[in-house]
Amino acid sequence: MKAMHQGDLTFSSIDPNAGLKRAIQMKRIDIIGEISRSKMRGRGGAGFPTGTKWNLAAAAVAPKKYIVCNADEGEPGTFKDRVILQEFADLVFAGMTIAGKAINALEGIVYLRAEYTYLLSHLEAVLDQRRKAGLLGSSIGGDESFSFDITIRMGSGAYICGEETALIESMEGFRGEPRNRPPYPVDTGFMKHPTVVNNVETFAWAACIIARGADWFNAVGTDKSTGYKLFSISGDVQRPGVYEFPMGIMVSDLLKEVGGSDAKAVQIGGASGHCVPASEFSRTCAFEDMSTGGSVIVFGPLRDMLDIAENFLEFFVEESCGQCTPCRIGNVKLLEGVRMLKEGTCSMTYLKELLSLGETMQLASKCGLGQSSPNAFLSIVRHFKPEIMGRVNL
Amino acid sequence: MTNSIDNCSSCRSPKSMKVHEVSTQTQTGQIGGQVSLVIDGKTIKVPLGTTILEACRTLNIRIPTLCYHEDLCVAGICRICVVEVEKMHTLQAACSFPVTAPIVVHTHTRKVRHARRHILDLMLSDHYGECYSCSRNGTCELQTLAQEYGVDFYRFGHPSESTHKVDRSSHSVVRDMDKCILCRRCVRTCIDLQEVGVLEAINRGDHTKISTFMDKQLADVVCINCGQCINRCPTAALKANDPTDDVWAAIDDPDKHVVIQTAPSPRAAIGECFDLEPGTPMTWQMNTALRECGFDAVFDTNFTADLTIIEEGTELILRLYKALVQGDQKVAESLPQFTSCSPGWVKYIEHFYPDYLHHVSSAKSPQQMFGALIKTYYAKKRNIDPSKIVSVALMPCSAKKFECNRPEMVDSGYKDIDYGLTTRELAKMIHEAGIDMPKMEKSDFDDPFGTATGSGVIFGASGGVMESALRCVVELVTGEAVENIFENARIEPVRGFEGTKLAELTFDKVGPVPDLLKHLVPNWDWMKGVTLKVGVCHGTANAKKVMDDIIAGGPFSKCHFIEFMACPGGCLGGGGQPIPTSEAIRAARARAIYAEDESSTVRKSHLNPAILDVYHEFLTDGPCGKTAHKLLHTHYIRRGKYIM
Repeated sequence: MKAMHQGDLTFSSIDPNAGLKRAIQMKRIDIIGEISRSKMRGRGGAGFPTGTKWNLAAAAVAPKKYIVCNADEGEPGTFKDRVILQEFADLVFAGMTIAGKAINALEGIVYLRAEYTYLLSHLEAVLDQRRKAGLLGSSIGGDESFSFDITIRMGSGAYICGEETALIESMEGFRGEPRNRPPYPVDTGFMKHPTVVNNVETFAWAACIIARGADWFNAVGTDKSTGYKLFSISGDVQRPGVYEFPMGIMVSDLLKEVGGSDAKAVQIGGASGHCVPASEFSRTCAFEDMSTGGSVIVFGPLRDMLDIAENFLEFFVEESCGQCTPCRIGNVKLLEGVRMLKEGTCSMTYLKELLSLGETMQLASKCGLGQSSPNAFLSIVRHFKPEIMGRVNL
Repeated sequence: MTNSIDNCSSCRSPKSMKVHEVSTQTQTGQIGGQVSLVIDGKTIKVPLGTTILEACRTLNIRIPTLCYHEDLCVAGICRICVVEVEKMHTLQAACSFPVTAPIVVHTHTRKVRHARRHILDLMLSDHYGECYSCSRNGTCELQTLAQEYGVDFYRFGHPSESTHKVDRSSHSVVRDMDKCILCRRCVRTCIDLQEVGVLEAINRGDHTKISTFMDKQLADVVCINCGQCINRCPTAALKANDPTDDVWAAIDDPDKHVVIQTAPSPRAAIGECFDLEPGTPMTWQMNTALRECGFDAVFDTNFTADLTIIEEGTELILRLYKALVQGDQKVAESLPQFTSCSPGWVKYIEHFYPDYLHHVSSAKSPQQMFGALIKTYYAKKRNIDPSKIVSVALMPCSAKKFECNRPEMVDSGYKDIDYGLTTRELAKMIHEAGIDMPKMEKSDFDDPFGTATGSGVIFGASGGVMESALRCVVELVTGEAVENIFENARIEPVRGFEGTKLAELTFDKVGPVPDLLKHLVPNWDWMKGVTLKVGVCHGTANAKKVMDDIIAGGPFSKCHFIEFMACPGGCLGGGGQPIPTSEAIRAARARAIYAEDESSTVRKSHLNPAILDVYHEFLTDGPCGKTAHKLLHTHYIRRGKYIM
């Protein structure tokens, strides 16, 4: 499988170790300060400010800390981390090493999704080279007080393990299921140690920010969503692939770039994101509008919105960890509802019940998976009511 | 907070099943580790880290719970306890939200009520079965909440057919997964409270179910039959294997002589099934109720508890004599001697520590000793054909059902005990017979076994077997009344609910060997100056700690005698006892048991006149003699963890 990207990526133009070399000379507090000033928010989708996360972990008093790279890229329609790992692994590992110095962690772990097993030997080779080059291991860059190494752990194919606490639970050898929060991983993470869990792309950008400076990064994007972002574009477009756009890009502009201007709707943020109708293509991919991990699925004019809702819900029924009631059974009920809509047997009253159930799932589920699983269904019902209602069973 | 939650950090459950432990010292800006919060307009100050649920309970605000159980880690998975916390965009589970900053909580807003109702509707949409035909009708927590939240129709449907086969393979525990709501209390009970770990969630999403290893039936896995999961199941997904139909059939058969023996713990708890406060003793009223039900004779298991003390105590004295005086190395290796009364514990050691079975006393449990005597000694004395006797045992225990079905338990020539009944099942029979038990007249037990001693009664509480044994050993060895050493014969060091206990007693002086033991030891001189070391533990999680300590050569390995009980609190917390259970309920039952001991006229096993009669008339070659060995002792099976 060959990863591909469209156009030039910033990552190609940056020496992968420039940031690390600079970080070796910097004080821990200054590294975190630089990241904080860049106003970068997590590239996995939830958008937690990276500087704040590092700061919390750095402040935690503990004998041992961990840096974890979330490479469990499982959101439907997301494949940009695959490209990053294949083409810019050095940058990611450099970012992890910088984070290690920032919070005083000695160990980093990459949690790699099972489907990316084919990348394992490549990544191990890159790690070996870095050890040989003195960029990993003890006395990094000749600094005796700076040790850091990275190991890779394989996932086993569960979407839920992309949720950071489930990921940690899985790394500890348990069933991948989200934990109660608080505590947050920065306080009590892997094996109870303070742990920073960041997305693959976040680490890559962190290395770039230290190399080029916070001002370079936050000059791009909007005030609240700074920098560039990689997008995984798929669906009914002429040129699918991985793209780099500034944060805050308008959906219509993005569609123009990828050749999907005749789209009927766009799913921003994967299965757990929002379905945007053509009338709202002026909305932006930004944390203040529609937060996204970079998945953009484009639906052409001939797509049946109920097929789309059904597909997403089938995914969640399958991938719910089964722990909490709203997500485990709620998604089954929503899926049954969509099938009833397809058959034209869902009454208005029952549809209202399902919408209300969707809100309960958003409010009462234990983790982000359950809380976001009804999003697609709710937005499709909201925006495409005439299309989905009144079907007759032929 | 209960012990088990305090121990949360060390138990085996994953952290997804735990609540955040908050240190009350390290948080800055909070004086004395306290934090104040507002719940429904009421302000309350609580220690940092208190959960919203705990805070609500101190304010008497009822929050519904299902996956929460105060004996267990906090899972936060059923979501029925959600509340609204101001400034948070989602609802929070009250059971698993530790308060670390001042917050404002609302417990019954529109959002909260809707969410709870939806969660109940979802559970009911996945819960097959009708309440009328359910063993938990009236005591089901799901049913109670459905009523509280006004569920009047199945909003999201209701399954019309069964999707799981009921597992009736075990003599003790029946699993009906159609009724399971996946609260995982059983999983946490099995793994944390008992350290057995038979049950675990498998699969994902709506395929999630509670399963055993490789989804085998319960009889084919390392289940120890303790039934603690039954006591903590909110529905009837787990229940005891109920033989009441067979017991009624025996009672109704004029050809059968149906006798029942009653253990001490059910008496201290059965009142709970009749709306009495926990710890209301019902011994004498229950005797009358049992006769009203149609049992031909009612015996006191405490009689064979006393007999157990004599047999097990003699066995201990013999082991000590052979080890200390005769220098028998093989016997020395079988010290400490382990008790054998708890069938859950016996199966636990058979599975998990089979190399240590030689430590276990060969004495049968009181239930099985009685079974062997009823169909021999009693049958002969009353001139009844033993094949016509149906012997029932009322026990607080689900493992006793398995025990009476062990193939080796036929030393009388018949099945020694035909049926094991739990406290809950007997309460059901009494209800069915229309008997208002608390209002029954009081009546005594039937002869020839009569009323037992206080020593037999305290077998029901953790430490009770040890206390009875010590009372007996002290008097037999020193010839002095135990009251001279321990006030009112209360041996406090072995009492109480701490998970593991150690105690020791030095014999400064010795007396003459009593007649009962003269054939075994010539004198007690060798006991002079000996310090007897004993240990006590309850709950197999604690048993594991003791076993691992012994293996590591720790303080328990220096003991001479250790009492092991499979269930938390001892038999009074058994898997056949009324539901619900909690530490407070178990403590109330313990108080009833110790009160019955203190009101007994005879409080030491070796002074029980009926026991002396049995040795005089029947077991004539004395304690641990040939007849006693044939009828009252048994052997164990090296089961191991791997069952083919």
